Formats: sequence, structure tokens, C-alpha cells
Amino acid sequence: MSDKETVTTRGTLVIDVDACKGCNLCIDACPPGVLVMTDIEVNSRGYRYPQLLAGCTGCKACSQICPDFVFQVYKYDTPQEHTS
Amino acid sequence: MSTYLPTDNPPDEPSRLVDDFVPTLIDVGAHHLCPGCGEPIAMRCVMEAIDERELTARSVAVFGIGCYTAFSNNLDIEVLQALHGRAPSLATGVKRSKPSTIVVTIQGDGDMVSEGLQEVLHAAARGENITCIMLNNGVFGETGGHMTATTVLGQRTKTSLEGRDAALHGRPILLSSLLAQIDGTAFVARGAVNSAGNVARTKKLLLRALTAQEQNAGFSFVEILTMCPTGWFIETEEAPDYLNDNLAAVHEPGVLKDVLGQ
Repeated sequence: MSDKETVTTRGTLVIDVDACKGCNLCIDACPPGVLVMTDIEVNSRGYRYPQLLAGCTGCKACSQICPDFVFQVYKYDTPQEHTS
Repeated sequence: MSTYLPTDNPPDEPSRLVDDFVPTLIDVGAHHLCPGCGEPIAMRCVMEAIDERELTARSVAVFGIGCYTAFSNNLDIEVLQALHGRAPSLATGVKRSKPSTIVVTIQGDGDMVSEGLQEVLHAAARGENITCIMLNNGVFGETGGHMTATTVLGQRTKTSLEGRDAALHGRPILLSSLLAQIDGTAFVARGAVNSAGNVARTKKLLLRALTAQEQNAGFSFVEILTMCPTGWFIETEEAPDYLNDNLAAVHEPGVLKDVLGQ
């Protein structure tokens, strides 16, 4: 593995962490696989919640599959470059 | 070590909103349904379809009784609450008294098939110009997760802990297949909400059903297979595959009848 990789990010999310019930549906639904559940951190209700890595495409798969309406999806006008 | 991006606020960079937390027709997103439940996903599909067709002002939803009834207070369209299984009859009354209304019933499999099968069958046979939507997960989720008439053979529920057995419990009723054989139906289809792709397909089916009602073509029906990990005794992340391998293997998704199409 190289130390640094540049990743193109076309979209991003606002995650309503406290609305999450930790069901994991978004993790499997995310086509680029950029959502990762927390390991030990939990929200105010005691559930683990998703975090976003670089590489989101703004495809809405997470917001459409989420039973608890946790995601707000934005698409960048110009794709952003992130190093990970 | 992975670096997580900030997701507390909308981005500062120029961007456009492509999907909000809840669709415009759901006032309050918070609900008490279990983690991993498929019913809020289906509710989102239905409301987005009504919004997309700009039918909000003349839509009336008639709710049956089930977990999804939690949404009856949260919607920005008119909602009527029916007794167990009686939503198609109440919807008939609404439609006949005010034909310009778009009437949609939201019912579960327990409500529609176990408790009120005759209501939906007669409404379909009369060719009532309404759209009935059944959220099918094979359990009575609200009252503790016991078996319904659509529970597939082998499925574990509170009252079939060893799996549904044909000799002991009978066989599942495939309501969509039954309705497709009735002359009064214009559109009958079955969708699922176990993946983002299936959610998109289900929304197209709902739009088609609304079109059938707008064109006075007759009774339209969309069955939506939903996850109930609590009632199925499985982990939430296993539920989409469980749905695909068990429920969808018997209640096969697809369009069963479309008189407006080819």
C-alpha cells in the first residue's frame, strides 16, 4: 500500500448522528464503500453510527435505504480531491 | 489510518442538495420503529412518489393498523385511520364521494391478508379506482411478531419458532398473484426495499400505480417486501439478504399485471 492516495470525492453528507439506530443498512448499501461504523463511540441513544471517508459519489443510496432519515446528501459542483 | 470527513454541517464548497433527511411530505422523521425496519423506507418511497407527481393537495392516505401507523400523524397529506383490514372499504367511500381525490391505502400483510382479505379482494373485483399498498414482512410486527397469512414456509416467527410448516400452519397466500387474476385490477406489482436499487424500482412501480389511478384505469396494487429483523430473529445487517433468499423467493418481485402497458 502506498502512503498517500488521492481520492476524488463528488459528493458529501450531513449525518444526523443522534437519529441513527445503528442498523448498518447504509454500510452495505454504499456503492463506493465509504461509510464505516464507529467501533466504540456511540450517539446519545447508545447506538454506533456511520462516519464518512473520502470518495463519496453523492449517489443517495444511503439516504434512500436509511430507515431513520439520518442522511442529507450533497453533490459538489466541482469534484474535490482528498488524500487518504 | 483512515481520515473521516466532517459531516456535521453542509459543505462550504459550492454544491447542491440532492436528497434531504426526510422527504417534504414527512413532517417528523423520528419514529419508534426498530433499527433496520423496512417500513420507513417504504413510506419514504410512497411519499416521494406522491410528491413527484404533485398530487399532495388532493391525496388522501388511508392507514391500516400496524407499526407503520406510527406515520399517520407525521405526514403532510390527509390521513384517515381505518379499522383492522378495512382500509380498502374506507378508501372506496372516499373515492366514490370525491372522485378527484387520489386515494392510497397503506396496510401491512397482517392487516390486509390475515385480517381483511375480503375487503381488498372485493375492492379489486369492483374495480375501485384506488391504490392499495401492502408492506409485506411476513409477521405481525406491532403485536409481537407472530405469523401472518403471507409468512413463507420455513420462516421463523413468534408463533412458528421452528419455521412455518405447511402441515401445521398451512401455506402462504400470495396476494399479488391472486389480485392479478381479477378482472377489475389495472396494475399489480411487487417491489422490495432491501437494497437501494430495489428502492428505486419500487418507487417506479408506485408511480405507475398512481398513473393508473389518475387515468381511472381501475384498481391498482403495489406490494412492498420490507425487512423486520426483530420479527425474523436476525441481525439488522442480515435482513436484506434474508428477504432476498426467503420472502422474495416466494413472493417474487416484478410487475404482475399492467393493463396500461403492453
